[in-house]
Amino acid sequence: MDFLRPASWSEALEAKANHPDATPIAGGTDVMVELNFDQRRPTTLLDLTRIERLAQWSRDSHPEGDVLRIGAGVPYSRLIGELGTSLPGLAIASRTVGSPQIRNRGTLGGNLASASPAGDGHPPLIASEAEIELESVRGTRTLPVSDFFTGVKRTALADDELVSAVHVPAATGPQQFSKIGPRNAMVIAVCTFAVALHPQRGTVGTGLGSVAPTPRSATEAEEFLAGELAENGRWERPDPLPESVIGRFGELVARAAAPIDDVRGTARYRTHALGVLARRTLGWAWDEYRNGTETSGRQGCA
Amino acid sequence: MSNTHAPAHRPQDLEEEIAGGVGESPQRPDAALKVRGDFAYASDLWAENMIWGATLRSPHPSARIRSIDIGPALRTPGVHAVLTADDVPGRNLYGLKDVDQPVLAVDVVRYRGEAVALVAADHPETARRALELVEVDYEVLEPVLDAERAAHEESVPAVHPGGNTVRYQPIVKGDPDAAADVIVSGTYTVGMQDQAFLGPEAGLAIPGEDGGVDLYLATQDLHTDRKQTAAALGLDPEQVRMTMSGVGGAFGGREDLSMQVHVCMLALRTGRPVKMVYDRAESFFGHVHRHPATMYYEHGATSEGDLVFVRARLYFDGGAYSSKTPVVVGNGTTLGVGPYVVPNVRIEGWGMYTNNPPCGAMRGLGAVQPAFAYESQMDRLAERLGMDPVDLRVRNAISRGESTPTGQVLDYPAPVEELLRRVRDLPLPETSAAEASDPDIRDLPGGASNTTHGEDVVRGIGYGVCIKNVCYAEGADDFSTARVRLQVIAGEPIAMVHTAAAEVGQGLVTVQQQITRSELGVERVNIHPNDTSVGPAGSSSASRQTYVTGGAVQAACRAVRAELLDLTARELGEPAAGLSLSGGKVVSETSGVLADLADVLGDEVIEETREYHHRETFPLDEQGSSERAQVQHAFSAHRAVVDVDTGLGLVKVVQLDCSQDVGKAVNPDSVVGQIQGGSAQGLGLAVMEEIQVSEGRIDNPSFTDYLIPTILDMPPMNVDVIERGDPNAPYGVRGVGEPPTISSTPAVVAAIRAATGKALDHVPVGPDHIVE
Ligand SMILES: Cc1cc2nc3c(=O)[nH]c(=O)nc-3n(C[C@H](O)[C@H](O)[C@H](O)COP(=O)(O)OP(=O)(O)OC[C@H]3O[C@@H](n4cnc5c(N)ncnc54)[C@H](O)[C@@H]3O)c2cc1C
Repeated sequence: MDFLRPASWSEALEAKANHPDATPIAGGTDVMVELNFDQRRPTTLLDLTRIERLAQWSRDSHPEGDVLRIGAGVPYSRLIGELGTSLPGLAIASRTVGSPQIRNRGTLGGNLASASPAGDGHPPLIASEAEIELESVRGTRTLPVSDFFTGVKRTALADDELVSAVHVPAATGPQQFSKIGPRNAMVIAVCTFAVALHPQRGTVGTGLGSVAPTPRSATEAEEFLAGELAENGRWERPDPLPESVIGRFGELVARAAAPIDDVRGTARYRTHALGVLARRTLGWAWDEYRNGTETSGRQGCA
Repeated sequence: MSNTHAPAHRPQDLEEEIAGGVGESPQRPDAALKVRGDFAYASDLWAENMIWGATLRSPHPSARIRSIDIGPALRTPGVHAVLTADDVPGRNLYGLKDVDQPVLAVDVVRYRGEAVALVAADHPETARRALELVEVDYEVLEPVLDAERAAHEESVPAVHPGGNTVRYQPIVKGDPDAAADVIVSGTYTVGMQDQAFLGPEAGLAIPGEDGGVDLYLATQDLHTDRKQTAAALGLDPEQVRMTMSGVGGAFGGREDLSMQVHVCMLALRTGRPVKMVYDRAESFFGHVHRHPATMYYEHGATSEGDLVFVRARLYFDGGAYSSKTPVVVGNGTTLGVGPYVVPNVRIEGWGMYTNNPPCGAMRGLGAVQPAFAYESQMDRLAERLGMDPVDLRVRNAISRGESTPTGQVLDYPAPVEELLRRVRDLPLPETSAAEASDPDIRDLPGGASNTTHGEDVVRGIGYGVCIKNVCYAEGADDFSTARVRLQVIAGEPIAMVHTAAAEVGQGLVTVQQQITRSELGVERVNIHPNDTSVGPAGSSSASRQTYVTGGAVQAACRAVRAELLDLTARELGEPAAGLSLSGGKVVSETSGVLADLADVLGDEVIEETREYHHRETFPLDEQGSSERAQVQHAFSAHRAVVDVDTGLGLVKVVQLDCSQDVGKAVNPDSVVGQIQGGSAQGLGLAVMEEIQVSEGRIDNPSFTDYLIPTILDMPPMNVDVIERGDPNAPYGVRGVGEPPTISSTPAVVAAIRAATGKALDHVPVGPDHIVE
């Protein structure tokens, strides 16, 4: 097995073009497990950890609002520590990932490229309509995150491409994330749900994880809620949401799922739980919007 | 953080002034190494010129082997040997009780994961790739998967020529068909639990010049391994020398052979040192698990709450080979009513062969499954009678002088009632995170996953109490041997203790040092590496080592002391009868300190070897009676406090408290450690640990999907240790390791039931059981 250690981004792209079968390795928290379990036998490993650019993020101003450009090599611990206010949904999701060691090593880019249906980084990116920046010696392209995932562990990445960054609009309203696992920490998701309120645009974003081959949004639920909020002037006069609205939102979210039975849970439970998560997270997000304060529940990491 | 009531050292127990003796908690000799990560485990073994072994395992739960072609594998560069059943030099069978398991499969495979062929190669990866080139032609057969059907239906094919029943045992007492005012019944099932030790199976075999072999390995019982390995290799036991390497946990999972014979076969064939290490997935196929069980129970009681009868049928799925199934049936049936007095009993137990993964020893062997059932029944009965569940238990609790359903009279303290009262009186948590205005989500069900901020969270409290036998039973003489040597090195008296007793993490090394310090009054006690050059110690299981190996060390020390005092008497002209050892000095009753031990000993080396045999036990007869089936019984009681998210079915165990009688806490810190660890394992079985088997295949052979509790799942504990010494045991000790694993599970489930009102007849309780 060859081990390539490019020192710069252009060298990395060069290397990937010359070795299209090379397996990139960032934090290694997925790759090393696969090697250990003999599930993957790469001919070549392409180590991305020396490329400084990948571990940087920046905030760009746009007329429609700020956008964060997060290098693919930024680990969870920094998403939590440095971007918690701008991207609260992604930060909450990051807190639920693995253990301190995993959050120190594991990166957002690795989470995306692994394309596990249970990737915890995905739902908040879906809810925020993030874009993925892909690069190769041929050039750069960006894709909506929902187009990036093409199947279970499959992505739109071409053989010569690497993930360079993720572009995520900074939060303009409350965001939430919730994950089900039969243990209180260090657990792969049975299902996840992310919600983002966009008061300025008057829209709602959702992201569902572990309930379909790829992460997805619950479009009908989003439209229903946005309609409810707009119609009754709730953005301007944010009274508590009627139970009927919260309940309907939960139903529509659950309906968007296409889960399976597997060792982690049954399809029936996943659908049920997703509805509960949708109702609760919407409740927390809406309370936060009404009160202008952080939600109840002190967030801590496992 | 834990609130601990551990007994202080009571000086009257022993006449010793030396620091770190019996009743104290000196630091473990391996503590610093383990904390620093410097401790060498068996997987770290290494030898010059060493090559690597690997095992080909059956992909089918049941199949006939038509042919095996090793040619392509053997021709792979870097491969030194490819072995099959034809290459087993001796008896191609082994087993702890029944000798029924082939070293390498012959003609048939009986479970997914059964060893079929071995490879030795320069590099582990080469060995793995060569495995893929071994061509086995299987004729796949219909597997036997249901233990209960295997017990009763003629049409179920026989997994072994002798039929599918490994052991059937009834226990009958009084009139089991007696009438009762109130009857409750239930069917309970326990999933397959894994020992989940962290250090996977590993060993290094080095061929000897005498045609024998030296094996360095992690095991629970060197001599039993040796006996089975030598037979399979066709060698004399003396030619198979075994030395213990660092053991990364065991919990019963290292009682059976795994790679022992395999690695020796490869070393003997190639003439090279050979190392084998399983990875995590292979480990799940390479050791036995806890027996899954289906249990039908009926309890009858008077309207005042006195138990009238217990009727039960217990089915244990032993999987493809018998391993410890006979003992599981013995323990399960004899302990099947729990720590209660029951006048009329009929319990039947079946241990069955199937084509599921083999099951065998695991902490709480055979007692864990019925405890979940009988404690669930006690709660059901209390509810039916409108009684407090603890009061009902207290009312029926067994005590000293009363007898178990086998007719064995408990001739030692049996403080079940006291334990129940004590655990009930331990402080409860004052507040609930769910009621806090700003809770830390980690204190709530779902923990760090942010699933509730208090919504739908309901608190529940539940109790469990259990009985477990200590040491081997039903006529087994599982003795231990200790060799103790006393000599002066560099002016200081130093004792050396040599046993074959496995330190599996439980703290036996420390206990041996403590006993020696107390008995000989010397501070420096070294522990010789465990090996087979000393007599057997038996297995580090059945909560028995402090009892039997502690007893052997005590006996050997006392022999050394007698000899030393004789020597003193001869040298100083004092009668030996009035002499004792204390603080490195010889002390006379009449004239005080006589001499330094070092001076008396001079160049003499005193060495004594002693065996300790526990008191005799006897087999069960056809009705399950026996004057004394078991050596000793141990008891613990748990109280669990849980918060359940009833909307999502997620559970947070908020507090888990335990009262346990340990007879005598030889090392109070270790005792508390055992109780905490055992409770964690029982909590794991209550809410998450299950090997999922479908069609004979393990669906979750990894720590990604076989979940064990993390620090956010295991709550703080109040641990309340009492010492009601057993007059039959050395220092009055009572086995400690297993009971907390047993009573914690029913306590946690009872608490979840209290919070949810659900029946919950299966462990582990999954989120879907709570919400559906
Ligand atoms: C104990 C443990 C717990 C875990 N818990 C969680 C959890 O709770 N939630 C969760 O979502 N995940 C979890 N994971 C999985 C893993 O940590 C995450 O998916 C993590 O984000 C992967 O990032 P990495 O940098 O380690 O990726 P790596 O392992 O380095 O790479 C992962 C994949 O991405 C590819 N890749 C990496 N960077 C790039 C790039 N720039 N361009 C193209 N391809 C690239 C690699 O080739 C590989 O296919 C856990 C893993 C472990 C071992």
